[in-house]
Amino acid sequence: MLTILVDGLAYGMLLFVLACGLSVTLGVMNFINLAHGAFAMAGGYVAVVLVNGYGVPFLLALPIAAIAAGLLGVVLEQTLYVHVYRRSHLDQVLFSIGLVFIAMAVVDYTQGSQQQFLHLPNFLKTRIDLGVVSLGTYRVLIICICGVLALALQAILTRTRFGARLRASVDDPVTARGLGINVNAIFAATFGVGSGLAGLGGALGAEILGLDPSFPLKFMVYFLIVVTAGGAAGMTGPFLAAILLGVADVAGKYYFPSVGAFIIYTLVIVLLVWRPNGLFAAASGR
Amino acid sequence: MNRHILLVAAALAALPLVAHAAEPFRIGLLVPMTGPFQSTGRAINDAVKLYLKQHGDTVAGHKVEILLRDDAGVPDNTKRLATELVVRDHVNAFAGFGLTPLALATAPVATQAKIPEIVMVAATSSIVNASPYIFRSGQVLPQPATIAADWALKHGVKKIVSVVSDYGPGYDAEKWFNDRFTAGGGTVVAALRVPLANPDFAPFLQRVKDAAPDAMYAFVPAGVGGIFAKQFVERGMDKSGIRFIATGDVTDDDNLGDMGDAMLGVVTAGPYSAAHPTELNKAFVDGYREVSGGHRAGFVAAFAYDGIDMLYRALEKTKGNMDGTALAEALKGLSFESPRGHISVDPETREIITPIYIREVKKVDGALYNVETETFAAVKDPAKIKP
Amino acid sequence: MNHQRVRQALAAPRRLRTTEFVFWLATIAAYVLLPERSLLLNETAILGLFALSLDLVLGIAGIVSLGHAAFFGLGAYTAGLVGKIGLTEPVLGLLVAGTAAGVLGFATSFLVLRGSDLTRLMVTLSVSLVMLELANRLTSLTGGADGLQGIVIGAVLGTFEFDMFGRVAVAYSLTVLFLAFLLARWLLHTPFGLAVRAIAANPLRSAAIGIPNNRRLVGIYTIAAVVAGLAGALLAQTTQFVSLDVLAFHRSAEVMLVLVIGGTGYLYGGLVGAVLFKLLQDQLSDLTPQYWQFWLGLIFVALVVVGRDRVFGAPQALWRRIRSAA
Repeated sequence: MLTILVDGLAYGMLLFVLACGLSVTLGVMNFINLAHGAFAMAGGYVAVVLVNGYGVPFLLALPIAAIAAGLLGVVLEQTLYVHVYRRSHLDQVLFSIGLVFIAMAVVDYTQGSQQQFLHLPNFLKTRIDLGVVSLGTYRVLIICICGVLALALQAILTRTRFGARLRASVDDPVTARGLGINVNAIFAATFGVGSGLAGLGGALGAEILGLDPSFPLKFMVYFLIVVTAGGAAGMTGPFLAAILLGVADVAGKYYFPSVGAFIIYTLVIVLLVWRPNGLFAAASGR
Repeated sequence: MNRHILLVAAALAALPLVAHAAEPFRIGLLVPMTGPFQSTGRAINDAVKLYLKQHGDTVAGHKVEILLRDDAGVPDNTKRLATELVVRDHVNAFAGFGLTPLALATAPVATQAKIPEIVMVAATSSIVNASPYIFRSGQVLPQPATIAADWALKHGVKKIVSVVSDYGPGYDAEKWFNDRFTAGGGTVVAALRVPLANPDFAPFLQRVKDAAPDAMYAFVPAGVGGIFAKQFVERGMDKSGIRFIATGDVTDDDNLGDMGDAMLGVVTAGPYSAAHPTELNKAFVDGYREVSGGHRAGFVAAFAYDGIDMLYRALEKTKGNMDGTALAEALKGLSFESPRGHISVDPETREIITPIYIREVKKVDGALYNVETETFAAVKDPAKIKP
Repeated sequence: MNHQRVRQALAAPRRLRTTEFVFWLATIAAYVLLPERSLLLNETAILGLFALSLDLVLGIAGIVSLGHAAFFGLGAYTAGLVGKIGLTEPVLGLLVAGTAAGVLGFATSFLVLRGSDLTRLMVTLSVSLVMLELANRLTSLTGGADGLQGIVIGAVLGTFEFDMFGRVAVAYSLTVLFLAFLLARWLLHTPFGLAVRAIAANPLRSAAIGIPNNRRLVGIYTIAAVVAGLAGALLAQTTQFVSLDVLAFHRSAEVMLVLVIGGTGYLYGGLVGAVLFKLLQDQLSDLTPQYWQFWLGLIFVALVVVGRDRVFGAPQALWRRIRSAA
């Protein structure tokens, strides 16, 4: 059923945009940032407030939400995260969970605990019927935006000097510094971009995944799955993993509804036992 | 030595003064204020505050004290907090309970302490059987589910697909609707279950669309209803002639205003609508809007309001006697007007007897409301009616 | 001659230190002096036992697990079911629950042998989520979302009936905790325990000197699962109620937080962390039932940014003294 395929593709791409920031943070900075979902949530709420409260057009609200989340990321990175880089992974877990609690409480206090419903423009609520397959306009939008982003990110990573510096910092920060690369600035920029992407994902996903103060904890599992299954290095791994998981989850629930929930978890276990470092892990196992 | 006697005498003299001031009536309010069900807890808390504001905090000579405790939706917390409320704070009644396991975990504590437990939101039928001190002020899922099935049969719906969330209340909603529907001659083409932690409804909605029934009956937790309905419309299902029938939980007034026009035309069966046209309800809705900082009163708030009302009336009926067993006796058979209509407590089963309305989502003054189209008065819990 | 010195060095940590005596005396004092907080103390003891089991896996063996609730939950449901079918003596139920959890631990241990921290995190998490779904589905067995009902728990060893105030419950839980702790402490200094610690420190080197890495890891993982199952059983027995919540993700996350707060690897971390966490949660929740999470989060962030070592410097230094020769 092609419609299901398209649905799964859209869902997978959404997961990718949401999770690639986490993948980058993990791969680049070796930092377990469980607060990643909080930046997604921030982006989502910014979009909701802009669209519902101030009548800002949805397509304009998306980049604003992304930038807002990105800025938040940079600010937090410079003020709090820098102190925590050298701590153990467990400390990082404690720290990021603490941030999540704070974020959830703040959002709850300012926006209330109920579900947020984004008022989409009418042209995004339609359906394109192509006979053999029926596509929701919103899902098509997601596929387009995320597809473009994925290509852009890959291009930046492989074809720009920034990308080269980034890859150098990942492979060997000491040597990179030795070559004069400003590793700290690269980390800050990467974190900002990662958070911004999460924010965009949150804004895009509000319509499909929902948005309420418990968003970071609810979806953390899915982000982690994408990152682990994809291998935390580069873009292609998480991208393909996200698509695979999205399609498998949606198709699985369609064809085997009674075992729907088990599919994704069993898939993860099987995947990770077969390839412990992720499907597309780089040679440098970290 | 003299000072000693003086002190003792002073203490003894003060005693009758202390004893004269009537003991406060303490109500332990156990609700999830944090965690995934916190919106339920907030609504309950706000409704209780509203009631006290409107009716004062004194009843039959006793001052009412509300002791709010957050159980975060975790049953062992609820049980511990309930026990502590009895042992340390000497409460005279429990109220709240956003979920079934929370109410069930507290049942033995209520029985042992012999104090009434008012279940405001949890809607599983078996709860009241867990203790002779449990009373319900909200609804039981079989009530709206069976009424919805009756309505569907009456309006020419022959084939349905049911879609429920894969957990206890979902199974209840599914069973009571489907059984009633098939007993009345209808066909359930498919009974789908959606995992609770489900990010995307696409596959399930697509299945419904493929089965092409006359109507889809859905039960999902409050809050998720809006997303579900949006995806229903996104898939073009509203235009394909499939009616959307649900219990009132899906179109919770708390969220309905924001859900968007996708919800127009959804038919639900439920006990409470903010648009119920009585003076009492208007006062309730307006008051709630003030107390909660701008939110619309939904069924959770209405149930909580009624729950506190029940305790107040019981205490008046016992003329201030705070003994738990006396209060329990007084609670049985209570019958009064509430924001939703006329409700009463079944003296045999301690279950709530509530009106159930068939409502359709329509625009009223530019906002979405559940407009009542049919009334079924005094609906008892079908699960407890002996055949 | 060297023989003697090595034997002394290995034996030294086994002796109980004064601070440890103080810790357990304080625990007994809390039991005696705070009867009105028995229920909270009971939950703290159970959480401490659960954290201790995670310490065996995470702190000692170095396996990151975010799905430890699977064993806790299985232990809880087993104890509940045992109580329901008529075997009401709690200690018996405890043993059955521990065994069941151990079997699950053994079965899933093979999944965590390979891979990075993140891989193990995800595999363990997925296992616990599968368990949660199973419990949700098998409503006839588990009661589903409504919880397991009809649990009857008799008197401990036939003599101590559980009371409403929780006095017997907390004494029972503390006893189990103490015994489990002694077991863990003893285990740590056996050849098995030393082997596991060696593996955690450097798996390549430990394999090179002939330690069967995988077998030892499977062993410690199973033992940790048994202890976690005991903690779950305690919860089921002392509250006489089990619901899906025992398998929820927040249980695994909470126990990991507790362990991280207290410090990993020296067995007391879980206990200290449990006390601090429960105390904080209780006090904050009393102060602001709505926003206590905010303050808790703030404390976590501050704790890490300021540096846990500065806060827990004393216990860490103590541990170093315990580890090195007297």
